[in-house]
Amino acid sequence: MSVDTATVKKVASLARIAISDSDAERLAPELNNILGWIEQLSEVDTSSVEPTTAVIPNTLRLREDVVTEGKQRDAILQNAPQGEHGFFTVPKVVE
Amino acid sequence: MTDVTDLGIAQLRDGIRLGTFSAREVADAFVVKVSKAKALNAFIVETPDHALAAAKEADAARAAGETLKPLAGVPIGMKDLFATKGFQTTAASHILEGFKPVYESTVSQRLWDAGAGMLGKLNMDQFAMGSSNETSYFGNVISPWRRGGGDNAPLAPGGSSGGSSAAIAARIVPGATGTDTGGSIRQPAAFTGISGIKPTYGRCSRWGVVAFASSLDQAGPMARSVQDCAILLENMAGFDPKDSTSLELAVPKWEASLSGSLRGKKIGIPKEYRVDGMPAEIEALWQQGVDWLKDAGAEVVEVSLPHTKYALPAYYIIAPAEASSNLARYDGVRYGLRELAEGQNLQDMYAATRAAGFGEEVKRRILIGTYVLSAGFYDAYYTQAQKVRTLIARDFENAWTYCDLLLTPTAPSAAFALGDKGDPLAMYLNDVFTVPSSLAGLPAMSVPGGLDKGGLPLGLQIIGKPLDEQGVLDAGLAIEERAGFTARPQSWW
Repeated sequence: MSVDTATVKKVASLARIAISDSDAERLAPELNNILGWIEQLSEVDTSSVEPTTAVIPNTLRLREDVVTEGKQRDAILQNAPQGEHGFFTVPKVVE
Repeated sequence: MTDVTDLGIAQLRDGIRLGTFSAREVADAFVVKVSKAKALNAFIVETPDHALAAAKEADAARAAGETLKPLAGVPIGMKDLFATKGFQTTAASHILEGFKPVYESTVSQRLWDAGAGMLGKLNMDQFAMGSSNETSYFGNVISPWRRGGGDNAPLAPGGSSGGSSAAIAARIVPGATGTDTGGSIRQPAAFTGISGIKPTYGRCSRWGVVAFASSLDQAGPMARSVQDCAILLENMAGFDPKDSTSLELAVPKWEASLSGSLRGKKIGIPKEYRVDGMPAEIEALWQQGVDWLKDAGAEVVEVSLPHTKYALPAYYIIAPAEASSNLARYDGVRYGLRELAEGQNLQDMYAATRAAGFGEEVKRRILIGTYVLSAGFYDAYYTQAQKVRTLIARDFENAWTYCDLLLTPTAPSAAFALGDKGDPLAMYLNDVFTVPSSLAGLPAMSVPGGLDKGGLPLGLQIIGKPLDEQGVLDAGLAIEERAGFTARPQSWW
């Protein structure tokens, strides 16, 4: 499996990270080097093995369906880069 | 007059209780040490007022004749991965620069509830991704150690908890929190001649700890003695309903139960950890460790963990995959950095914010994670890695039928010079001995064993069964008692 610059750009776009053409050219061999090394996992016979879901046996708990915390609008907005009228604000998404 | 900054957690706690010195004297002394150690770059933010407030409370409680809290007046360092209310928390990243949480992480809250105070937020590898502390947005942490013979090349303090390890080794804090995803407590502890334990996955709450790889991330203490680690861990661990993977178990009295006698214990030596090219000094220290544990009454047996060589490649699929998912939250909307040029739309904003806010190693791992999770590759990479993880955990389970604990070196080398490992893959290989136990969620600890020819510390790792922190700490103590490790870096900072 070889990653070319077009694949790097596609993956970066999926990850929502802007990269330049020169970034993509630099990253392609780097990622290939790492992925080539990871490739050795394919030699392990795992045909009768279940994938790990939890390292320490633990059951997910249920709690009462009640409000435990709330009414913290201003605290939640406190670190927002931009907020108005008690909301997070973003560039216009609907024309 | 004792210099209180030479004392560890237990001695400070006891001295404050007995009135040998006041908590204020302790806090003042450490605050001065921290402020003078800027050359180490161990702290991102210093918080002297927090430490002084805890000291004031401890001294007032003592004056009023009250029973002191378990860590009353003991100042510590807090890794910048833990959310601290009102104090900047960045995970050493640009994207979280200026972020002041409005809440406190469970682990840090427990420590403050126990009476501890905070000297500052410790530098680290960005989002805990790194083994040398070179990926921090706020600059490299410099190890207080230097090679002998006038070689002043700045050395790596290890990573990702490199601010924690450097500060403890330099005696500017008596102990600190760390977090360990693939070795981030144990490897820096080994590089700087201190101790650190990663408990069983689920012992310490992950709530309020900036997430890297959630199925692996685990908090733990770092300090200069095994007893100090036990004390701190007791005050960090415990059930937390806010973390769905938190274990609903009482916290054992690890400190009170500490014993360096290993009579009746079997120690396994995994033969697959004898890797090619391991320095003879590390081989020799490992053998020395075997002799120490035998001297403590243990029986030593060779065991096999056949899938060891696949642990690192599995880890470098699983951890980036989880990271790519966890770090999707940094979008420039709710907190942290926002990059938005005139006329740009929402998608442009996401991409520009993340391009500007994440460092190179973080981007690299997000891209790998996104790739291995993408359509068509998911089964070949991610599912296969999780299956291999099952085999690695099974190796350990099989080993436990022959032994109670495992002894290995912590890292394949002593500390390297900053800039020495430019190739990402070479850096990843540094975690070869710590990653397998992380994948299996096992408790594991590094304790200093000795010095190499260049005068740099080397660590030994003890790995235990799930929930057997006591066994790990006891074996750590047995090594500590016999290693007599008293070396310390000469102050140049």
